[in-house]
This record gives sequence, structure tokens and C-alpha cells, in this order.
Amino acid sequence: MADVKLNHIKKSYGKVDVLHGIDLDIKHGEFVVLVGASGCGKSTLLRLIAGLEEITAGELIIDNKVVNHLDPARRGIAMVFQSYALYPHMSVFKNMAFGLKIAGQGKRAIREKVEEAARILQIDHLLDRLPRELSGGQRQRVAIGRAIVRDPNVFLFDEPLSNLDAALRVQTRVEIGKLHKDLGATIIYVTHDQVEAMTLGDKIVVMNAGRIEQCGSPLELYRYPQTQFVAGFIGSPKMNFIQGTVDQVATEYLALTLKDGAQVKAYVDTSEVQKGQQVTVGIRPEHLFEGRDLASSLTGEVKLVEHLGEVTYIYMNLADGTEVVVRGEGESEIRVGDKLEASFAPESVHVFNMNGKAMPKVRRSTEIPVDNPAIMTASQA
Amino acid sequence: MLAKQAIAAPAQSWKTAFLNPGLLKKASVHTILIVYTVIALFPILVILVNAFKTRKAIFNDPLAFPDASSFTLVGFTEVLERSTFDVFFFNSLIVTLLSLFFVLLFGAMAAWALTEYKFRGNLFIAILFAMGIMIPIRLGTVSILQLMVDLHLVNTLTALVLVYIAQGLPLAVYILSEFIRTIPKELKEAARCDNVSEYKIFFQIVLPLIRPALATVAVFTMIPIWNDLWFPLILAPGESTQTITLGVQQFIGQFVTDWNAVLSSLTLAIVPVLILYLIFSRQLIKGLTAGAVK
Repeated sequence: MADVKLNHIKKSYGKVDVLHGIDLDIKHGEFVVLVGASGCGKSTLLRLIAGLEEITAGELIIDNKVVNHLDPARRGIAMVFQSYALYPHMSVFKNMAFGLKIAGQGKRAIREKVEEAARILQIDHLLDRLPRELSGGQRQRVAIGRAIVRDPNVFLFDEPLSNLDAALRVQTRVEIGKLHKDLGATIIYVTHDQVEAMTLGDKIVVMNAGRIEQCGSPLELYRYPQTQFVAGFIGSPKMNFIQGTVDQVATEYLALTLKDGAQVKAYVDTSEVQKGQQVTVGIRPEHLFEGRDLASSLTGEVKLVEHLGEVTYIYMNLADGTEVVVRGEGESEIRVGDKLEASFAPESVHVFNMNGKAMPKVRRSTEIPVDNPAIMTASQA
Repeated sequence: MLAKQAIAAPAQSWKTAFLNPGLLKKASVHTILIVYTVIALFPILVILVNAFKTRKAIFNDPLAFPDASSFTLVGFTEVLERSTFDVFFFNSLIVTLLSLFFVLLFGAMAAWALTEYKFRGNLFIAILFAMGIMIPIRLGTVSILQLMVDLHLVNTLTALVLVYIAQGLPLAVYILSEFIRTIPKELKEAARCDNVSEYKIFFQIVLPLIRPALATVAVFTMIPIWNDLWFPLILAPGESTQTITLGVQQFIGQFVTDWNAVLSSLTLAIVPVLILYLIFSRQLIKGLTAGAVK
């Protein structure tokens, strides 16, 4: 089976270190998403796995073989590029067949494989066209088809949806998800879009500045971010961060005073916290609710209201000027200039120390329901 | 009624032409281009027109078109009946086509190597080629002649082909490098993932994509070679190795020049270059890489 194992992979360009020792285990059939801001090294890591760049140090193992010095083609990988990289002078059929022809396969075998892949991707009517006669979405399918026909151990996707328009991106995303289920192949997928990461990945690897920040299932990352970076990266809109001070350290919770004076409780591991310590408090917009139904609350002046139909994003400034986003109800009638009190449950509060490291949240047998404030108030009562 | 309309319409279009700066600009650009074309084509037209005229008519009225009394093919019969003409013609064609082929092949290969691979001496070789563009090859005539004598290549077409390859390569490498640089990196990487060897990447992916550039370089390279008189005169003046430009000279004497024959052979000499040009210009299609990326 095609497990992929990265042992302390490093990459430097001259004196500049781009990757500082990446360790990662990818099991056969897993859909792993590498995600991070641009320049964090995620694409470089993918190119190292593909064999398009040389690994400076460390070991890359695919299918129980060290492949550091193998050519891309002999690693059993296929890559889909952001820019599609179709051969412009060849028809769709030839584009997909080229690799097989080079590998010396018979004409009939090639035709069968290409037609099979084209059928899966619903591009069988386009086989005679040239890439320039196709739309962006069709080109991307051809690029994926070219990867499929090679029957690789590992698929590598480098931001495959970035060049598509919004509607097509959603559609193609769904199709890639289905494709993964149908093929059961190992996929390593690079993106900077956290929605793609959350929806597609079995496992998400959040990278920052050449290091793995955190690695886990989408919900694991969403619920228990280990660093402030991950907390800010996963979730949309981004988590609100508010400066605060520790007032009281209990065994089960912390009592904090936020910069604007609000009193907050947080259920986190308190073993490494001292009274008086400066911390950053994080609360997701979807855990803030209009009104004062929940235990703690923030008050501010509304600066901007975005009506999206099913939700309303309310941007408000706290007394000290910190901007906070609240996910309000779809039909909220709040207006710019209004005073808003947004309340939240202490279970939904994240606390980070000044180095950006999270204080582990206390795990509960039943997870916090995020969408129903009524249940939360009930459980607190 | 009809006449009225006919008068009114041009008046209106003139008005719009003056009011519309875009149209005016276009018109002036085209005027300049047409004037330039006329000036450039005039000598060729004179050659063509006079090739079909009697000697007397050539001198009486060089700009007149041939009419019933002045029309003659005597120049052509003279040229074609001298049996050596076809040899000259063939020599020119062989030298031009062979040089062209190797300039394009080696030029593209060198350009690919210099742009794609990092190796020791890469920059040095690039600079050498750049110097080749700046320094005319004729400056080295004496040493080239010595070299050819030492290699026993004097009076062979090989000598000419070798010199023309050297002459054409620098510019070819320069132009093709620029084009190869525009080929998206992902295309080559996709090919490498497809297990395509570097040679196949070059011949099956890079070469087809730089076809317009190859055509440009072909035209640039071909014309000076076909028209060259200098090196054929010095390196291959023998009866059997003369090229057409050199062959024409036999009609130009110190005291008597057979103008009919000179003009006819020049007319014939235009034909092959014209055909080659037409072939290459069809390749000059833009946007061949469209659809590769984005």
C-alpha cells in the first residue's frame, strides 16, 4: 500500500531555509490537505514529494521505499498543477495519453484507460479538442484525467481550484471529493483556502513559516487549535482575538479580565498559568450570539453589518477599540452605530499565551453544540 | 438622386475620419508602411520588369513595362542553356537549407540548455554567443580561410555550411532563448512527472511550442545566406561549387555586361527564397501556447 512517510524533511535554497524539518505520516487512501498562508512552504513540500525539487535533508518514503533520489515518474506519483500545464499543441486525448505512450504501453490499452478516465470526469466528448478550446473547468478536468490514467500511488494537487471562478470552484471541489472516494487513492492537496481544506481533507496539515503548526482532522483543528495561528487560520470569518489578563487560576477554569474590562471564564488546562499573566482570548464569531442569553458577554459599537441571507456578520468595536466579528441571525435588524451585547459560553473560549501557544481546552464527553444557544444556557443552568 | 448620395457619403466619411483620431492614426501608419514597402520593392520591381525586356528597351526606358515589341525571354534562355546555372542554383539551395537546418537545430538546443539547465560555464557560453552577435564574422575571414585550407575544405560546400552555421547561431540562440523562457515551467514539470526524457521534452514539447520563433529565426538566417557573395567568393569559387550570387557575376564583365542574363538569373534567384519565406511565414502564428496555462 502506498503510505507516504516524511522523516524530518528539510529544504534550503542556498542559505535560506524554507522547510525546517517536516515529519508527517500519510496512510494509504488518506486525503491530506496542506494548508497555510502563501510562502509557508506548502507548495515547496509538495514539489519535494513530487521530486521536482531536491530534498536537502531528511527521508521521503513512499510505499516503504526511500525515494529521495528517484525521478518524479519513478515515485509513482501524478501531479495536477494550479495552471493545469496541459500540452497546448496536443488534443485532450493526446494530453492524457502522452505519459502512457512514453511508458511504452500498447495503443489499445492507452485508448481504454483514457476513455475510462474521460468517462469518470465526464470529458469524453472533448477528447479531440485542443486545450485552448476548453473552459477553465474543463481544462482542470483534463489535467486531473492525465493524472488518473497513470494510475499513480499518490495524487498531488497544487492549488488546483485557484484559477477557477467561485461557482466552478465549489462544483469541482465536490467532484474531487467524490473522486477520492471512488478511486480510494492517496491524495496530497495543497491549498490556501481553508474551506477547501475543511471540506476535502481527512487530515489537515496547517503549515506556517516552514514548520507544521498542527496536524489533525478538520474538526479536531477547529475545536482544539494548538496555536493562535491555527485558531486564526481555520474557521471563517476568522476567530476574534482579544487581549486579557488572568485574574484567578482555578483547577478547572481561568477567570480573566479582557482589555475592555469584561469578565470572562474559560475552561482550559490551568497547570501552566499564573495569576496576572497576559493572555490572548479567542472566540469564534459563530460562538457569539446577539443578546445576553449566555454567561459572559462583550459589548461594543456596530461599525459594519454584512447581510448574507442565512447569517449576518456584525463587525463591532469594543470599548478599547478591538474589532470583533459576531455571527448574527440572518434577519438581524441591527444597524451601524447601534450598541450590541454579544454573549458566549465559557466552553467556547480559547486562551493563548503570549507565544501564541494554546492552553489545552478541557475535553468533554459531549462536544459543545455550537448552533443552539438554548441548549447551552440549559446546560449551564 | 443616386449621384447626390454618392457625393454626400464620402463627404461624411471624410468628416468622421478627421473627427476620429483613431482612424487618422491608422491611416497615417498605413501611409508610412505603404511608402516604405514601395521604396523597398522598387529595385525588385525594376529587376522583374527588365528581365523580360530586350537589351535596347532596358536602356531606353528602364521603368516601362514590357510590351509586344520589347518583350523577350532571351535572358532566361541564355541563363538556362548555360548548363552550369542549375549547378549554381542547386549549390545555393543545398548550402542554405543545410545551414538553416543546423542553425535551427543547434540554436534551439543551445538555447534550451542555456535557459533550462544550471551548469558551470553557462554564463560564459551565453556571453560568447552575445559577442557573436556583436562581432561580424567577416572580420575573421583570413583565419577562416586558413582554417579551411588546413582542413582541405576549400572549394567545398561543407566550408560554406560550416561558416554559415557559425554566422547564424548567435542570433538564433539569443532569440530562441527569449522564447523558451516564456514556456511555462509547469509544462516541463508535468512532462517530467510523465516520465518524459529531457530529449523528448525538448523535441516533443519545447520545439512545437517555439515554432513561431523558429520560423522567425529561419527567415532571419536564410536571407543573408542565400544572398551572400563574400564567402562563396573566398571559400568556394570553383566552377562546381559556385552559388547563384557568385554565378551571376560571370555575366558581369569588365567591359561588357549581359544585362538580360544578369536580370533573368536574379529573377530566378528570388523564387526559392520566396517559397521558403512563404512556408515559414505560415508558421508565424501567434498564441500557440494559449490554453496551456490559465
